[in-house]
Amino acid sequence: MRTTTVDLAADTRAGAAGRRTIAWTAGGLTGAAALAGGLLAPPDAAQGPAQRIMYVHVPAAWVAYLAFAVVLASSVAYLVGGDLRWDRFARAGAEIGVILTAVAIATGAYWGHLVWGTWWAWDPRLVSTALLLLTYTGYLALRRAVSERTGARDGADRAVARPAAVVGVAGFLLVPVVHFSVVWWRSLHQQATMLAPERPPIDPRMGLALLLAAAAVSVAALCVLLHRVVRLERRHTAAPTERARRTAAGVG
Amino acid sequence: MIRRPARLALVAVLLAAGGLLVAGALRGTLTYYRTPGEVLADPGAARERVRVGGEVVPGSVRREGDLVVFRLAEAGHEILVRQRGVPPETFREGEGAVVEGSLAADGVFRADHLVVRHGNEYGPTEPPDAG
Repeated sequence: MRTTTVDLAADTRAGAAGRRTIAWTAGGLTGAAALAGGLLAPPDAAQGPAQRIMYVHVPAAWVAYLAFAVVLASSVAYLVGGDLRWDRFARAGAEIGVILTAVAIATGAYWGHLVWGTWWAWDPRLVSTALLLLTYTGYLALRRAVSERTGARDGADRAVARPAAVVGVAGFLLVPVVHFSVVWWRSLHQQATMLAPERPPIDPRMGLALLLAAAAVSVAALCVLLHRVVRLERRHTAAPTERARRTAAGVG
Repeated sequence: MIRRPARLALVAVLLAAGGLLVAGALRGTLTYYRTPGEVLADPGAARERVRVGGEVVPGSVRREGDLVVFRLAEAGHEILVRQRGVPPETFREGEGAVVEGSLAADGVFRADHLVVRHGNEYGPTEPPDAG
């Protein structure tokens, strides 16, 4: 019995079509965000064109938080239900989160160079973000190390999934620390703009560009997540006898 | 299959390493800068290298050779800063700045490193046109 909802992470025709739709949506949003951030939004009075780095830096950081939330939720779901599919979601989420955190740090360093006058500062936000990157890189390294030591397949074995899920849950403790670091401690990094207590102190056109960019990165990350989960699933389900058939079907 | 004690040990080591890093990093990080008021209240501590942050007092910036002299203010306290070296282009009166250096015996803060600390406000130079 088919339902109207499509499992977007399923390795089926309907799933692939759904993922294609998401990919096109991500492309469209990226185009709109590039136009809004590059042309519609005015240059900032104090920072000049350097402020446009915001439209990459801030969405990367936000969606990295989201990706780590996926790791948290999937790890909890795995620990509760024991379904290895959640373990693959957790791994894909961590991979995306690590890349986006690295992007946030790199763009932030360049922005800092242009506006603060320094590439790096031992400031609570910067240090906690570096720790976040280290934690989830460690999470991925743990998966790999356990997999290599035991011969278990990463994404298809409880020997990997269980310790990974524990670290995946514990690691998320750092996310609120990173987010509130600029409030709890004195920081060179400015405080939140869009989540400011009153009306966001930002020009509406800049705010629109930022939200569009955040939507674009979110949808693109969702797209990558689903593709990654499908790929990990194929690697796991493709038994030697089945492999030929699957590669013939144009996957891989 | 990795043995359970080994797994637990791995997790414990990771957590301990993370905790150590956090503790070590936070010693200097948690108070990224001091305020002029704190430095003036405890000049002894400011003889060593510290960072001081505040707002650059409007009208106080002047150049003396390769020095930039200005006052930093926060919460009603002001400190005179002699900064050696060129500040970033975004350095402006009325904006925030964090300087690194130490307090001299004459009560002037000698700094050799300056970073600009800007707020979370973004907008164009002039109010947007009707068109």
